[in-house]
Amino acid sequence: MTTAQITVRAPHVEGDKERPARREDARAKISVRGLNFFYGRAQALFQIALDVPERIVMAFIGPSGCGKSTFLRTLNRMNDTIPGARAEGRVLIDGEDLYAPGVDVVELRRKVGMVFQKSNPFPKSIFDNVAYGLRINRLTGSKGELNDRVEQALRDAALWNEVKDRLKSSALGLSGGQQQRLCIARALAVRPEVVLMDEPASALDPIATQKIEELIVELKRQYTIVIVTHNMQQAARVSDQTAFFWLGKLVEVNETEKMFTNPDEKLTEDYITGRFG
Amino acid sequence: MEHHRRLDDELNVLRDRVLLLGGEAEAALRRAMHALTERDSQAARDVLAGDDRIDQLEVEIDRLCIDVIALRQPAARDLRFVVAVAKVTPILERVADHACNIARVAIDLNDEPQLKPYFDLPRMAEVASSMLRASLDAFTGGDAAEARRTIVRDDEIDVMYERLFRELIDLMVNDPAATPRAARLLFVAKHLERVADYVTDICELTVYMTEAAFIKHSY
Repeated sequence: MTTAQITVRAPHVEGDKERPARREDARAKISVRGLNFFYGRAQALFQIALDVPERIVMAFIGPSGCGKSTFLRTLNRMNDTIPGARAEGRVLIDGEDLYAPGVDVVELRRKVGMVFQKSNPFPKSIFDNVAYGLRINRLTGSKGELNDRVEQALRDAALWNEVKDRLKSSALGLSGGQQQRLCIARALAVRPEVVLMDEPASALDPIATQKIEELIVELKRQYTIVIVTHNMQQAARVSDQTAFFWLGKLVEVNETEKMFTNPDEKLTEDYITGRFG
Repeated sequence: MEHHRRLDDELNVLRDRVLLLGGEAEAALRRAMHALTERDSQAARDVLAGDDRIDQLEVEIDRLCIDVIALRQPAARDLRFVVAVAKVTPILERVADHACNIARVAIDLNDEPQLKPYFDLPRMAEVASSMLRASLDAFTGGDAAEARRTIVRDDEIDVMYERLFRELIDLMVNDPAATPRAARLLFVAKHLERVADYVTDICELTVYMTEAAFIKHSY
């Protein structure tokens, strides 16, 4: 809560009729307006409007099937591959519409990286996993540069010290937590600006989860991070802002501190206090 | 659903315990003042004997609050309730401590000739007790409006305290032989004034609990 981009919210005091500061002074990295999303005839998202300021962590919470993962995947067009899937509305990153004709989806996904619930390392060496995106996108000019970028990505993912002596070993020999950090390193290697994380720690033990959470907090210095989580304590621990989804609608987005102490919407309160349904 | 049922059960237990503690503190204050004004030293000894139970209740509520936070991880209104209970509990325990201090004064004074009159002390005690009861009702009922009305009544107590202070100082100047007894009554007045301050704290916590608004230091 102390980085330069973030307006620290003053406590809500008597006479403070206006809502607390919402970091509107921070530049919106992602702006979504009037987004509807359909799987065939079934509408999964309804009129979503949301701004994600630059270099913060925003958490998406909500019950299963509420649309939070669908929404996350609209932010780098990962839903494009699903037959019958269709988006309406605008999703802007740095003011440019992702769904405009002529958008280079490969370049988009370089800019907006993604980490999935289950770590999915390739059956290759640790080095080759991280180097993969750099090689296929031809992002490095020399072997020395490639080595440097792989090392930097592994350092950024807090994995370098654990693997630096076995870069040629199979990635499949790493623990679950290490594999997930390897996937984060792989996503970071191509120098994205936004990192989307879909329940990145849900399959990990508490210690590995803690490492991932610490990493997320560290990464927001350089990246804008959007994380879907079912673990509300995790959302409270790592995020600056939290968005609550229900039945495909965005019910509330607020500072995480406010969301967990005094949400504006009763539906949000019922959900986070476990009185839902 | 099971989780939130258990949380609700535990929050209800906390609410009951705070109500019980508040009732005990209020009764101790009333009984201590009765001991003083009616020269009933046995009542004063009862107040002192009952303080252990109040201390135990405080510890029990502390433990319950920690258990709820650790095991249920309450959020939003539940979290504010648990935090408010954890902060109100030591306040009520201190109210009971002030009642004990008044009871000790009563025991001392009851062995000496009665100093007439007790000026506004009974009236001040009545207002303080009534404020305490109103604050506990507001707290347990989540009634922020009642809490705000009760806070304002602290001014009445302050006025009474100032008047008593001047009257007792006058008495000491005019009748030096009465000074030890008058000084003890001054302590009683100060205890009651402190109780009213604690009532204000309880009311401020009630507003926080119900509205998530911090009004401390704004009155």
